[in-house]
Amino acid sequence: MSAVEKKVAEERIVLTGIGLTSPIGNDLPEMRASLLAGKANISNIEMRYMGQVHAGVCDYDTRRYQTRKELRVSTRAGSIGIYCSNEAVKDSGVDWEKMDKSRVGVYFGTTEHGNVETENEIHNISQFNYDVRYWSHHHNPRTVANNPAGEVTMNLGITGPHYTIGAACAAGNAGIIQAYLMLKFGEVDFALAGGISESIHTFGIFAGFKSQGALGFHEDPNKASRPFDKARNGIVVSEGGAIYTMERLSDALARGAKIYGEVVGYRINSDATDAVLPNSERQIECMTAALDKAGLKPEDVDIVNTHATSTPQGDAQEMKAIRYLFPAERCPKTKVNNTKSYIGHAMGAAGALELAGNLPSFDDGMVHPTINVDEMDPECDSGNIVINTPYDAGAVSVILNNSFGMLGINSCLVIKKFAP
Amino acid sequence: MTKEECKKIVLDIIEEIAPDEDLSTLKAEVGLRDQLDLDSMDFLDIVMELRKQHGIEVPEADYPKLASLQSCADYLTPKFNEIKA
Repeated sequence: MSAVEKKVAEERIVLTGIGLTSPIGNDLPEMRASLLAGKANISNIEMRYMGQVHAGVCDYDTRRYQTRKELRVSTRAGSIGIYCSNEAVKDSGVDWEKMDKSRVGVYFGTTEHGNVETENEIHNISQFNYDVRYWSHHHNPRTVANNPAGEVTMNLGITGPHYTIGAACAAGNAGIIQAYLMLKFGEVDFALAGGISESIHTFGIFAGFKSQGALGFHEDPNKASRPFDKARNGIVVSEGGAIYTMERLSDALARGAKIYGEVVGYRINSDATDAVLPNSERQIECMTAALDKAGLKPEDVDIVNTHATSTPQGDAQEMKAIRYLFPAERCPKTKVNNTKSYIGHAMGAAGALELAGNLPSFDDGMVHPTINVDEMDPECDSGNIVINTPYDAGAVSVILNNSFGMLGINSCLVIKKFAP
Repeated sequence: MTKEECKKIVLDIIEEIAPDEDLSTLKAEVGLRDQLDLDSMDFLDIVMELRKQHGIEVPEADYPKLASLQSCADYLTPKFNEIKA
């Protein structure tokens, strides 16, 4: 191994700050309190062409880091990215003024981008007989796929690399994985990484899920997202964002940073079978590879955060994989949970947000439950899902975070409680 | 439409486009970009709102005529009156 290869291999990468917005909180303490209290927050909103739909809506302070003009010109995804990134930088305690901004990278995962603006513009010109003279000059900068990350660089004066990673609902993990690699290879010294979703502002996603028969419904919107429940009937779409500051361990220790956790394993793979239906064999391969990279075994995992989106088929396929890899008899300390029962499916932000909700377990030893399980579907039961009330594990040191997406993309992240 | 009424319409549009700016001390004779933080995209916003809200077309060659509030009023008032006629 060359000296450079050895150095890369030895670098450890840690999470040092968190900024987030979700339907159940606009910072980690608020989100965590809702998770432990079993409090979901899903709204009914009016959706163009569709009437009323359930959605996870965020109410972060949009004016905290943006002027009214910036908000007017920016996208919702950019605004969420700006809020979360600023909050993460503040939370990290880093001296941002002294930071070499050319050595900061911005790596955001998104499921899609551009739908919101394009739908809005088509609706706009439909009011003017489809005359394209009325088509906004803001359309192109608003719809390029790097928009959410790019808006953050403009807001924070970052001159290092930025891009978004399109990875469907696996995107939140993908942003973190990309930052991990870039830090390890020394491309940047400080990263803003995670996932973003503005998806509730596009009717196309709702209509698409509805046409697929995958849009969830319940008389009580807070009960509509119900992974593993026998009566589950589909997805609740949400917006949100979770952005982490990530650094090499040596840099984090040198400045006395708080360390939320260490990225010790990861894997992204592809089903190569179906554009929509998940493949539990590939999910098993993905989780196994991530654990191998971490030098861990399934029985070492304290919390498995499932992707499960409350679809009949998706939840069952994932739990088939979980039962295979983490059978209760072989993995006595492993507990399984889910965050979508509280916040719906935050699309590109999902993996990053759901990880954030579990990270405080390293400190308080509690495993938050998944809620809305009135009757467990036997197809989903693994004997180790924490349902409806939190579980006191005593101590938690390994979290495995799953996010799976369309076109058969699977991502798995393994985060360990930091130990020197 | 008088030039003063036209200035009010332009000010309303600028208020939408630059909502953080204090327009109360705006000088009509001085260039807008010298007094406000407006870039080229913002100017296109002014042109677009004139089109959307008032049906007024400003050809690209005439963009310099929108440089100040006074020049806007000088250029646009006849256009408003053409539409009304």
